[in-house]
Amino acid sequence: MMSDVCIVGAGIHPFGRTEGRDGMDQGIFAVRQALADSGIEWKDVEFAFGGSAASGSADNMVSQLGLTGIQFINVSNGCATGGSALNAAVSAIKSGEYEMGMAVGFDKHPRGAFNADPSAYGLPNWYGEAGYMLTVQFFGAKIMRYLHEHDISRETLGRVAEKAFRNGVKTDHAWRRSEVDLDTIMNAPMICDPLTKYMFCSPAEGAVALILASEKKARELGVPIIRLKSSVMRTRPPGSFEVFAASIDNERGGTATGIASKAAFEQAGMGPEDIDIAQLQDTESGAEIMHMAENGFCKPGEQEQWLLEGRSDITGQLPINTDGGCLACGEPIGASGLRQVYENVVQLRGTAGARQVPGNPKTAYTQVYGAPGVSAVTILQR
Amino acid sequence: MSAQPIADNLFTEDMSALIGARNRETGQIFFPLPLTPDDNIEPVTLGTRGTVWTYTVQRFPPKPPYIGPTDPERFKPYVVAYVSLPGQTMVESRLTGVEPDDVKIGMEVEFTVIPLDPDAPLEEQKLIHAFKPVQGE
Repeated sequence: MMSDVCIVGAGIHPFGRTEGRDGMDQGIFAVRQALADSGIEWKDVEFAFGGSAASGSADNMVSQLGLTGIQFINVSNGCATGGSALNAAVSAIKSGEYEMGMAVGFDKHPRGAFNADPSAYGLPNWYGEAGYMLTVQFFGAKIMRYLHEHDISRETLGRVAEKAFRNGVKTDHAWRRSEVDLDTIMNAPMICDPLTKYMFCSPAEGAVALILASEKKARELGVPIIRLKSSVMRTRPPGSFEVFAASIDNERGGTATGIASKAAFEQAGMGPEDIDIAQLQDTESGAEIMHMAENGFCKPGEQEQWLLEGRSDITGQLPINTDGGCLACGEPIGASGLRQVYENVVQLRGTAGARQVPGNPKTAYTQVYGAPGVSAVTILQR
Repeated sequence: MSAQPIADNLFTEDMSALIGARNRETGQIFFPLPLTPDDNIEPVTLGTRGTVWTYTVQRFPPKPPYIGPTDPERFKPYVVAYVSLPGQTMVESRLTGVEPDDVKIGMEVEFTVIPLDPDAPLEEQKLIHAFKPVQGE
């Protein structure tokens, strides 16, 4: 039987806004922390995969970390960049070619919503000129249909955001560190109906680095071992509803997350009922709701009851987005998917402090989703 | 010189319908026509009646490349919907002739053309596609 790839070190640069420190420097900060965490030096790292959307090519990090001649490959997969870097790093160790390497992601975005170039998505210029080139519209339209189809109240969207900010208060690396009550969330200015300002995450800054090793190498290091039981990345199937779509098929189909999740559970030999904690992509409140079902944790429509009863709270049956997710941490594109894994590593080690999930969790799940319709899933086990 | 379509190959010549694309092999219909001609893709006239499958409201002025009004004094929130055209596809489109708060999923709508900026001088107006509620039924 093939041995597991293990996470032996994790580092994070706080998310949010850090004046005077560029995105790549935040990445270096996270790498140094991850190295210290695993008790190794940069020269011990045999390879790296990394990426950012707005802060340069990750391989440039060697200028500061050391010119060791390491294989360092840049990854770019939208919001799934971090998940994809991790996926590639896992494969490199599984193949037997390497024993120890790194996945890293970082970013620093300007304030305000992302504004994308139509031609980068194979779209005509008029699409942007006429006012369709906004991810927020897609999110609003998608969750509007979902609420309608599954009879979920708008208030459920508010409860997701309320939970995120509540968890963020307890998280050192979170950006938003104060609670926001449900009334404030529901009565805040509407951005793209049915989503108000507090239901969206904002582009932000931050960085995460993870050191990965073969099981044999991990044992030699003598650090707490977190096993990567699955690392899967998938793109969209026919009939899915993705960002920047001038048309979508009348006949509805599956989702990138749905197929990534199924494959990840198969790879791990587990089912949703075996998972103790989950970090799910919550670009906005609606995404967390949809992803709860797409990853198999509940049926569509059950989310309303889940949120009402606090089943996805830190003390609930399946804590979701324990560090406040993207809503409280903000979204630096390159780092976001790795933040989820970082949070799970900390939770499984039992060192998450005030936000520690009770009951010694043993398994943890992450799912990151990004344009133009990609999803990456990991399953960790202590 | 009068108002002009925002782009070529968007509307039929009389501007009574949108031009979509059909994959000759799979029969799949989508919108708009690809930028690069493809032997496998043929133009198809899209239906002019459909229903609202979902929608949202753009409540703040977009950044470029948007070329409509962005001055907060003049910016009016606009409805963006996916209109299901039976047997064809769902087209992303503005809704017009209905207040944002009155839009309903499942509403019957029909095709129309509107200026991106109604306050612009006629000769500078760019025309875009929209759907409006079907009246009197």
